[in-house]
Amino acid sequence: MSEVPDSFLYTKDHEWLRLNDDGSITVGISDHAQEALGELVFVEVPEVGDTLSAGDACAVVESVKAASDIYCPLEGEVVETNAALADAPELVNSSPYEDGWVFRMNPENATALDEFMDADAYGRHLAELED
Amino acid sequence: MPFIPHTETDIEDMLARIGVGEISDLFDEIPPELRIAGLDGIGPALSEAEISRFMQQRARADGEPLCFLGAGAYDHYVPAAVWDIATRGEFYSAYTPYQAEASQGTLQVIYEFQTMLASLTDLDVSNASLYDGATAFAEACLMAVRANRKNKSRRILVPRALSPVYRSVARAILGGQKIELVELAMLDGRTDTAALADDVGEGFAAIAIQNPSFLGTLEDVDTLTDWAHDKGALVIGVANPMALALLKPPGQWGQKGADIACGEGQPMGIPLSSGGPYFGYMVCRQDIVRQMPGRIVGRTIDLEGKPGFTLTLQAREQHIRRSRATSNICTNQGLMATAATIYMSLLGATGLRQVARSCNANTNALVTRLTSLPGISRAFTTPFFHEVVLLLDRPVAGVLSELSAQGIIGGYDLTDDYPELGNALLVCATETRGAADIESYANALSDLFEVAA
Repeated sequence: MSEVPDSFLYTKDHEWLRLNDDGSITVGISDHAQEALGELVFVEVPEVGDTLSAGDACAVVESVKAASDIYCPLEGEVVETNAALADAPELVNSSPYEDGWVFRMNPENATALDEFMDADAYGRHLAELED
Repeated sequence: MPFIPHTETDIEDMLARIGVGEISDLFDEIPPELRIAGLDGIGPALSEAEISRFMQQRARADGEPLCFLGAGAYDHYVPAAVWDIATRGEFYSAYTPYQAEASQGTLQVIYEFQTMLASLTDLDVSNASLYDGATAFAEACLMAVRANRKNKSRRILVPRALSPVYRSVARAILGGQKIELVELAMLDGRTDTAALADDVGEGFAAIAIQNPSFLGTLEDVDTLTDWAHDKGALVIGVANPMALALLKPPGQWGQKGADIACGEGQPMGIPLSSGGPYFGYMVCRQDIVRQMPGRIVGRTIDLEGKPGFTLTLQAREQHIRRSRATSNICTNQGLMATAATIYMSLLGATGLRQVARSCNANTNALVTRLTSLPGISRAFTTPFFHEVVLLLDRPVAGVLSELSAQGIIGGYDLTDDYPELGNALLVCATETRGAADIESYANALSDLFEVAA
């Protein structure tokens, strides 16, 4: 069973969101997602300054066998990307919720966060997928 | 590695197993209006004996003309060993077998091919070849737009002297993705660098520089490359690999070098053969390799530490990523790339340089001789590699047809593609067109002009 920490929100596409003190949102992929992809060899992050809509394919995580899009969870502007992933994409495997974060954005509308799953709901979502 | 087709029984078994009536049912989801009923001008299927006779008649109709035509495909001497080796059973297949466990020889040949192209262009990574020069150019444009993520433009600047065929094929392929080619003004047969600022307008993702150009001229590649990089655009170098034996390779253009190089590989050991099959090549800088289409073979070591070859960087290809793939190109032009690898290894760097120098020397001799005739002059003063535009004092089509009746293909009529040049003829002399051939051409032309005058 993969790790689903409490302090995060989750999407059906297995991304996590963390609300920071300054109102920005950090985005990464869940432990379940990194396990399913296998060892990552490349992460393509969005450009800082890009304005994204919810659902935009804005980043790519690539393993030896597959390349998957990361979809932007909500509308907003990209303010920072994880530079460490350029040389060490495997951080997403070893530390999906901390060192393996992908990008940080300022959401256009903070109340949009309500639509995401909390850890309990995401845990149930994963359990359903396994059935 | 043999290709073994399915038998009728195999096919019936498979269809029955998945519950499909006939093969055409598998294509149901393609709307009827997108399907074609038949091909105009293509007759019914012929037997082997019939098709042999038909093709022999066609070949006889071509004859063995004295050829001064280039314009994208070139009549070089191909050593007999090239196709003797390329057609060995180990290589000769309609299918390129990529399975590492069964195809180490094929994979190593592709790896050597890639190494040679990377070295000729002085860029980092080559793919395993593409279909031809024109489609390689279109793929390079798509790649440049994908790779230049900082730049949101979907415009690509192209010199007026870039091959009209490449421009036309690229427009057909790029149009669906709303990528636009914008032509740069030409002066004296090459891009007018003084007028560049006027052409930028709303920005551009990349510039494509063909060197030597379609008109044979040498572009100011350093100025163009630095100017484009300065504007945040990528640089696509389009080059005849034969010319790269002499000219500065794209990887060394300007301060930083071109980002992508591509072109037509036919001059490397592939016969003209009525227009194909040929092959395209594509090479790029390491840091944008994930946007490169097509197959790439890498060298690695196996579990026992022995060197081996295998496909690499496949995760973004069509069979894995479906509609989100980098490209719909998931294969290469294997047999042609094999022949080119053999050709390049037989000639070596010194041999290629000698061939390229002979081409340039013969073309110089041809131009000097032809422009000594009244009514013929050079269109441009810009330096050239092995093709030159000549201006005639009368329409080109009539002259070419008269020459053709005497067994001479006199060159390429530029009137339709470049009406602004007037009666312009593009001529080429490769290493195979020596002094006697040039004299034959000059005499035929001289007689023709005297009779008419």
